[in-house]
Amino acid sequence: MDRFTWSNGLLEMNETLVIQQRGVKLYDGEDKAKLDVGIALLSTHQLIWRDLKNHECCIAIPLSQIIYFEEQAAGIGKRRLTEELSQKRWESTPMSQPIPTATNSQTGRTRAVGIVGIERKIEERRKETEKNISEAFEDLSKLMVKAKEMVELSRSIANKIKDKQGDITEDETIRFKSYLLSMGIANPVTRETHGSGTHYHLQLAKQLGDILLAPLELLSPEDLVNACKMFESLKQPLRLRIFDSGVMVVQLQSHSEEEMISSALDNVTDKGSLTAEEFAKLLGLSVLLSKERLLLAEKMGHLCRDDSVEGLRFYPNLFNSQA
Amino acid sequence: MSFEWPWQYNFPPFFTLQPNVDTRQKQLAAWCSLALSYCRHHKLYTLGIMEVQECPVFNHKNIDRKLSTEAILIVFEELRKKGNLEWLDKNKTQCLVMWRRPEEWGKLIYQWVSKNGMVNTVFTLYELANGDDTESEEFHGLEEWMLIRSLQALQTDGKAEVITMDDGKGVKFF
Repeated sequence: MDRFTWSNGLLEMNETLVIQQRGVKLYDGEDKAKLDVGIALLSTHQLIWRDLKNHECCIAIPLSQIIYFEEQAAGIGKRRLTEELSQKRWESTPMSQPIPTATNSQTGRTRAVGIVGIERKIEERRKETEKNISEAFEDLSKLMVKAKEMVELSRSIANKIKDKQGDITEDETIRFKSYLLSMGIANPVTRETHGSGTHYHLQLAKQLGDILLAPLELLSPEDLVNACKMFESLKQPLRLRIFDSGVMVVQLQSHSEEEMISSALDNVTDKGSLTAEEFAKLLGLSVLLSKERLLLAEKMGHLCRDDSVEGLRFYPNLFNSQA
Repeated sequence: MSFEWPWQYNFPPFFTLQPNVDTRQKQLAAWCSLALSYCRHHKLYTLGIMEVQECPVFNHKNIDRKLSTEAILIVFEELRKKGNLEWLDKNKTQCLVMWRRPEEWGKLIYQWVSKNGMVNTVFTLYELANGDDTESEEFHGLEEWMLIRSLQALQTDGKAEVITMDDGKGVKFF
């Protein structure tokens, strides 16, 4: 409401009246303003409201300042307002400045104080809402920007392959790696690991395309998992490991089974026996992951289990090693 | 002579049925061997499931571990498959334990018979299993049902013949 200023309600030279409506009440947000029933006039330049009872009381807002409106029941005509807003006729023929508050009549001044307070409140509320909304969408827009960049990059790579246009530049590779890093893939494939592999580029670009070119979608866990399943076929040094329990982890290939198992065996042998919790503490791993390792070592026959009321404990598999 | 427990008996995982198939095979083999040697040592020929659960073999109080009933039945099934056990009832509450199979007994008996030049002699079953002559033999004290099976095994081999006499059964060796 604070965008409204006192006005004499007269139209300017280049201003024309579009439509007027009687019986219009002014509301300050949810509350009713001090201004009651009046007549609203829509011109090419402004929206005017004149008090029916007191014709001298008249306020107006330039159309250029209207950023948001909604229609309720029998309004002034959303269509009209929309038209005027889109046409922006006020831009071509600017008005003279609206009459400042100070020159108003006595009664006008008292009214201005009341209104200004209300108007200020509305403005604050509006600012707050705007801030909250924009904060919430900040991350999303950042993501969109990044996704867009990745799409551009993958398109460029795909095109280069298609046109057999030389190598993918170092810069592009670096950019690409950093994107994967931010996506959580710690050690993405490099040209070194796979050699000239055009086939690989093709597959990867295709894969990226499938994931990223899906119109403005966020990366679903499903997509991520499916992409990860392709690591092996793409000869990437990453593996998606699915444990018997269903737990899935992405791990570096160097984190081979052999290493995990023999280290688990060493630890257990060293301590005589270990529970998953004890093992977790020892290695600084989560209990879930440490249990998976113990189970894996058991599956491979290096460990065996002791399951009692005291809990589940793993021992070196002496059934195998001892006569 | 006191019974000698195998190393597995003091190994807690021994009392947990192992999920790893290969490990389980070795575990069960060890259990079968232990059960049989325990029965042999104490000359047990029949077992009831109820008492078995409290038997020191399956209930090692010192390390506070016992084999579950489910696992005991699995061990017994292994024994049955190998010919060392026979259920006496459908509900599997009583069984015969053959820590030596009838064929093996038969062989032992025949060895003693031929060693002592008693081929072509007729023995009553009582004489064979409980006579003074056989006191030092392993088959001494053999329960009748097992003795008969053993002799029947020899009979199949043509080495003996079970005969019915006035006051019981007897056997002639060839």
